[in-house]
Amino acid sequence: MSLAIQTVSTVQPDSPILQRWQDQIRTARAEEKTLVITGAGSKSFYGLPIEGEALDTRDYRGIIDYEPTELVMTARCGTPLSEIEATLAASGQMLAFEPPRFGGTPTIGGVVAAGLSGPRRMAAGAVRDFVLGVRLMTGTGDLMRFGGQVMKNVAGYDVSRMLTGSLGCFGVVAEVSLKVVPTLHQETTLQFDVTEREALANLNRWAGQPLPISGSLWLDGKLSVRLSGAEPAVAAARRKLGGEALVDNSVAEALWAGVRDQSHSFFAEDSSALIRLSLPDTSAPIPRSEQQLIEWGGAQRWYRADVSQLQQFCDLATNAGGHATLFRAPKGHRTSKAFTPLSKPLLRIHRALKQSFDPAGVFNRGRMYPEF
Amino acid sequence: MSVHCDHQDEVVPRQSNYAGLIAELRRNLPILSILDQMEDVKPYECDGLSAYRQVPRAVILPRTESDLKRVLEACRQHRVPVVVRGAGTGLSGGAMPHAEGVVVSLARFMQILEIDPQARTARVQPGVRNLALSEAAAPHNLYYAPDPSSQIACTLGGNVAENSGGVHCLKYGLTVHNVLSARALVLSEDGIDEVTFGSASPDAPGLDLLAALNGSEGMLAVVTEILVKLTPKPEIAQVVMASFDSVVTAADAVAAIIAAGIIPAGLEMMDKQAIAAVEPFARAGYDTDAAAILLCESDGTSEEVAHEIARITEVLRNAGVRQIRTSQNEAERLLFWAGRKAAFPAVGRITPDYLCMDGTIPRKRLGEMLGAISEMEKKYSLRCANVFHAGDGNLHPLIMFDANDPDETTRALAFGAEILELSVALGGTITGEHGVGIEKLAQMCVQFSPEELSAFSAVKYAFDPQGLLNPGKVIPTAARCREYKQTGTGHRHDCHAHNHEVTA
Ligand SMILES: Cc1cc2nc3c(=O)[nH]c(=O)nc-3n(C[C@H](O)[C@H](O)[C@H](O)COP(=O)(O)OP(=O)(O)OC[C@H]3O[C@@H](n4cnc5c(N)ncnc54)[C@H](O)[C@@H]3O)c2cc1C
Repeated sequence: MSLAIQTVSTVQPDSPILQRWQDQIRTARAEEKTLVITGAGSKSFYGLPIEGEALDTRDYRGIIDYEPTELVMTARCGTPLSEIEATLAASGQMLAFEPPRFGGTPTIGGVVAAGLSGPRRMAAGAVRDFVLGVRLMTGTGDLMRFGGQVMKNVAGYDVSRMLTGSLGCFGVVAEVSLKVVPTLHQETTLQFDVTEREALANLNRWAGQPLPISGSLWLDGKLSVRLSGAEPAVAAARRKLGGEALVDNSVAEALWAGVRDQSHSFFAEDSSALIRLSLPDTSAPIPRSEQQLIEWGGAQRWYRADVSQLQQFCDLATNAGGHATLFRAPKGHRTSKAFTPLSKPLLRIHRALKQSFDPAGVFNRGRMYPEF
Repeated sequence: MSVHCDHQDEVVPRQSNYAGLIAELRRNLPILSILDQMEDVKPYECDGLSAYRQVPRAVILPRTESDLKRVLEACRQHRVPVVVRGAGTGLSGGAMPHAEGVVVSLARFMQILEIDPQARTARVQPGVRNLALSEAAAPHNLYYAPDPSSQIACTLGGNVAENSGGVHCLKYGLTVHNVLSARALVLSEDGIDEVTFGSASPDAPGLDLLAALNGSEGMLAVVTEILVKLTPKPEIAQVVMASFDSVVTAADAVAAIIAAGIIPAGLEMMDKQAIAAVEPFARAGYDTDAAAILLCESDGTSEEVAHEIARITEVLRNAGVRQIRTSQNEAERLLFWAGRKAAFPAVGRITPDYLCMDGTIPRKRLGEMLGAISEMEKKYSLRCANVFHAGDGNLHPLIMFDANDPDETTRALAFGAEILELSVALGGTITGEHGVGIEKLAQMCVQFSPEELSAFSAVKYAFDPQGLLNPGKVIPTAARCREYKQTGTGHRHDCHAHNHEVTA
């Protein structure tokens, strides 16, 4: 059961590209076809494999509005992340959530639709925490705005945050407004030779203190911790934490970019699956022998495992109070399950929302769950 | 006062059977507290926005979650509207009762279930007061960051429902940024579902419905348990108090601070009228000759704070500051803040009533907005003091009036409506943190298209298909929008049959 969104088309597309999308959506709807919303395709491995005609977002591009002192940037969905980051950097600002690139040139629309954040997640927040508003084209081809360009806004339900990470299943994010932050002045990476257990204990203890930790990574007995902030804060934290500083800045930068973009050899595509566990950061070590990489102070744990083990990982994650995702299927494997299934009442709500925002099921059908 | 029997926009659900509900509850839950006498329900007729009042049919005060669930199930079966209530400090009429419905008060759900210092989280019942949580976390050197000025009284359930902010939210985020998960009861078609939104892990599968629950004004689900993030207490905090000869200079100083790459822990502004109201009340030592004052806080390690305060001071000096003072100790820091935090009650002392507006605008438009407000003061012959969350552009004009004077009340409401419309016109929003409730229904028609409003209805429907939770709030009907656009007033004066008139 769901409520149909009335379409009186009060808002006409104000660009030929939006007009083209609208036509494409309405045609697909009439012909009962499905569309696959595609940006640069840097995350095409993510979610369930789907088919349909492409709705290409890349030519709807460009920064619409950016005023550094307002800490807000508004851009069209096809704008390359690289353009956004370069523009921000010129004013000493950045996207706080460190979006991954996965070896491609992602669009900002894709960043928002995937909702994936990088190493700074635990310190700064996730993509959804910085989404202030979106302009959405729904499954009926209607244009709607939710949220806005200001930092505090509680008029109506927070649809823009709600749809962050919805993998294009509810509409095309045509434009997005993001809160941006000043670039942090100083960055240092410290390294420690510790076991998994010691690493987790340290990370949890440090997280309870006002320390400028902006990234953490444990792999093969080595814990790396990144500090970012004002110079005195970083210096004080460095004295407090000890460890060995990575003196070569470019090595440190490559390390963090490597886990952010999964270009690090741990993530190399092969015959094993890449499984992501999202857990309470205080979760005990997971009793599995597969190769593991820990991030986010213990809250994000990656495993290279045989794909047949997915259910076991799901159970372990659920028992620990989190969830598991088949983040990247093994080469050549076609999966029918990527995300932990939703409870019945949650599925009901999802279905009703899908039915309202995309009544004909035009968009990315089955990318998130086979049910919608 | 009863000038406003302005009603929720939704009609009463069909086949609503209030008598059946009460009879069933009395039969099955004999120990349940049900208030249905006029003198008992009257205190619940409004929230912090007293201009809108409505006595409910009854007020129910369950003690346990299983009782709450049974109450909601009975309401669902008898199709009786439910307005959930926390502390009733809301400023948009969100907790104002429904004429045909019951109020379910969660005041008794005030247990802090767990504080986990290792995980830096707290699990609380919805009736826990915001400040009580920070006090309980203090022994662990932790606190709950969002600090609405009403934090002594307001509840975390109410905070989630309104996505409340505080003076520290520029750096530490709003409620939505500090809530990890919420367990809630959802009134589905076939029963009451217990659903967990969000997770103790950094994300949850599916849509981010927790984001939708935050700020949903009691219309999507009844929150029964909240897991929040606690923040390590900074080693120290210091606040700079700076005064300016004009509000525009003060606003430019704010922009200069941000441009310097500083995100202060708090960044607040007050105009001359607000200072005049606050200073005799709080004796915070504000510069009463100034056109505006700024409070700018830095927190962190002592090295960090010393460094940041030096930078802030330098920026302010270059931005045409009149006077500048930095708190020298914790007592002085609290004193500087006490004035700001007491701004609403202080204004309340110099006027019989005030309306608190809550628009957010791009900061660079502040000068324009304040200029327009002073014109409106003349136009409506009413005074207005301005308190401003300057860091994030959230403006609280406090329009002073006498609610016993119907003409003044009408002018005050029109004044408020004009400010809200201007907020939208300047690229902002009608509400930054207080919610739409009943108060800003008409202005929702200005900010949103019919499709967008209809999408909000669809979201509500997806959670609450029978429309029983807080019906008639937030989403205006098409009829109201038409009326507002034609007559410029969305405040209707018609009363429902069960509106017991009250005078205060
Ligand atoms: C002097 C003063 C200062 C204020 N300062 C601020 C401020 O600085 N920042 C700010 O953001 N707000 C401020 N407010 C507004 C208000 O305090 C907040 O909106 C607060 O969060 C409301 O909490 P409450 O417990 O009083 O909720 P109520 O007023 O009881 O209810 C508010 C809404 O929440 C719903 N609700 C309550 N509990 C639940 C639940 N468990 N599940 C589902 N829905 C629920 C109600 O139905 C209603 O719609 C201020 C108010 C006053 C009077």
